[in-house]
Amino acid sequence: MSSPGPMPNCDLLVIGAGPAGLAAATCAAELGLDTVLIDEQPAPGGQIYRAIGSTPVQDRAILGADYWHGLDLLEPFRRCSTRYIAGAMVWAVNRLEDGKFEVAYTTTADHQAHLLLARHVTLATGAQERPFPIPGWTLPGVITAGAAQILLKTSGVVPEGTTVLAGGGPLLYLLAWQYLNAGVKIHSILQTTPPGQWRHALPHAWGFLRSPYLGKGMKLLSAVRAAVPIVTGVTAIEALPGPGTGQLAELRYSAGGKTRTLAVDQLLLHQGVVPNTNLSRAIGADHAWSDRQDCWEPAVDAFGATSLPQLTIAGDGAGIVGAVAAEHRGRLAALHAAASLGHIDSKARDRAAAPHRAALARAARGREFFETLYRAAPALRRPVGDTIVCRCEEVTAEQVRQAARMGCQGPNQMKAFLRCGMGPCQGRFCGLTVTELIADEQGRHPRDVGYYRIRFPIKPVTLGEIATLPQTDESRSAVVRFKK
Amino acid sequence: MFRRLDASDGAPAPRTVRITVDGAALDCRDGDSVAAALFAAGITACRDTAVSGVKRGPFCMMGVCYDCLVGIDGRANQQACMTKVREGMAVQRQIGAREVPI
Repeated sequence: MSSPGPMPNCDLLVIGAGPAGLAAATCAAELGLDTVLIDEQPAPGGQIYRAIGSTPVQDRAILGADYWHGLDLLEPFRRCSTRYIAGAMVWAVNRLEDGKFEVAYTTTADHQAHLLLARHVTLATGAQERPFPIPGWTLPGVITAGAAQILLKTSGVVPEGTTVLAGGGPLLYLLAWQYLNAGVKIHSILQTTPPGQWRHALPHAWGFLRSPYLGKGMKLLSAVRAAVPIVTGVTAIEALPGPGTGQLAELRYSAGGKTRTLAVDQLLLHQGVVPNTNLSRAIGADHAWSDRQDCWEPAVDAFGATSLPQLTIAGDGAGIVGAVAAEHRGRLAALHAAASLGHIDSKARDRAAAPHRAALARAARGREFFETLYRAAPALRRPVGDTIVCRCEEVTAEQVRQAARMGCQGPNQMKAFLRCGMGPCQGRFCGLTVTELIADEQGRHPRDVGYYRIRFPIKPVTLGEIATLPQTDESRSAVVRFKK
Repeated sequence: MFRRLDASDGAPAPRTVRITVDGAALDCRDGDSVAAALFAAGITACRDTAVSGVKRGPFCMMGVCYDCLVGIDGRANQQACMTKVREGMAVQRQIGAREVPI
């Protein structure tokens, strides 16, 4: 075997090509950093601007102006000197003794693993939808509202027949509005936001009244309300299979003390979004529980700097603030990376950061109102009975609750008891629920219950892929030693 | 059920790409993920689970949930939502117990 050349390296590696990643990579390249951006998707945009450069939905009135703003990020990114590696999945980030990061990733088209050395890493891995574990949420025919929106953006694929949207949060109404623009019929929206919740949100209304969301949000909501029946105060939802089909056929829900059953073709679920923390956890950054958002957030400062040197997090992966905030957080992280690598001094950093901080503050205005208004009711976050909690290993709420009552000490021991969190999604769709169920049964705070210990590889990798890693003399002699 | 929207606004239609699903030909559009092509073809279940053998299909469409696993060109457990269709691609739904070739 031929000896590999020196490992490819860069000043800054940005992981994720959504608004935060695109803005960070563009800004860093302009500051003179040798920058690499790695993203899982085949094209830049992340989820919010998914398929921005290639969507078949070219009639701009359908997805709306906020979506098309993605082009303002894409065009400068395409002109900048960042090396862009698309369709590549980062599965390990190892901090070396000299402080550099050794990053392992697989290019998914050819299943080839690669290594890269980076002096600074910015995680821009964004958000995922909050787990919304209701009975039957694993049935084919039930997908997330985010998934339905990705189908629309990437392929112009939309539901037909009887379609019900259920849950809460801005994305649910945005999707309904986009469907209306596209002429897609929606049967109804089942709103799980508790009816009195606006009273809790009211103290935060001052920020909302001054926020850029107000005008847009009101217009969008009134358009949806005028066209789609909205059932308010929904307290329970159940997806039911057809006889012998194993696929969604019916929906049962409770609202105002009454239970109704409805034949449906699709159920689109949404209960807000939460930071995607698997990578930041595996690297070893500190995280804290957010009581306002009922989820974990990495501990970051105003620049996105984490508890680890030369590791920053930008965008919704550092706590949910939305897409416009994400791009400014991306630029702040790039400025911090440039300063911490000695390309600019801290005065230059702070000077350049000022407009982005101001824009971030404007974009974040009104978030508390939203967060409080759309906070998922405890009963929807903490399921009971046969409802599946871990989709991969098919572990139910009652199994987790029973183990917690028996004295299971936390999420990691729960893995050993029930295998929950040990399937291919690696806890992404059960971790928050398991933490909350243990907290519920043991009368503890989620922050004290903790979370799964996340280890590399953070996504499933085959042995064959690992075997394609470039060999070093040390790794070769380590194996040869045993062959003698 | 799902359908394709015509919202091209005059832009040229994407190229048609032909794949097979369990041996049957399926015409997709260039740029589709395998999962999107399955939805457009009315296929919402793509595998039976390894734990209890119940039907599952794509759920998150962004590479997080791993419920959309299919065989692609002989390689098992590929994420249908993260793989773009290619001319001649052979997609196999993962129905029934898996076999390990010996």
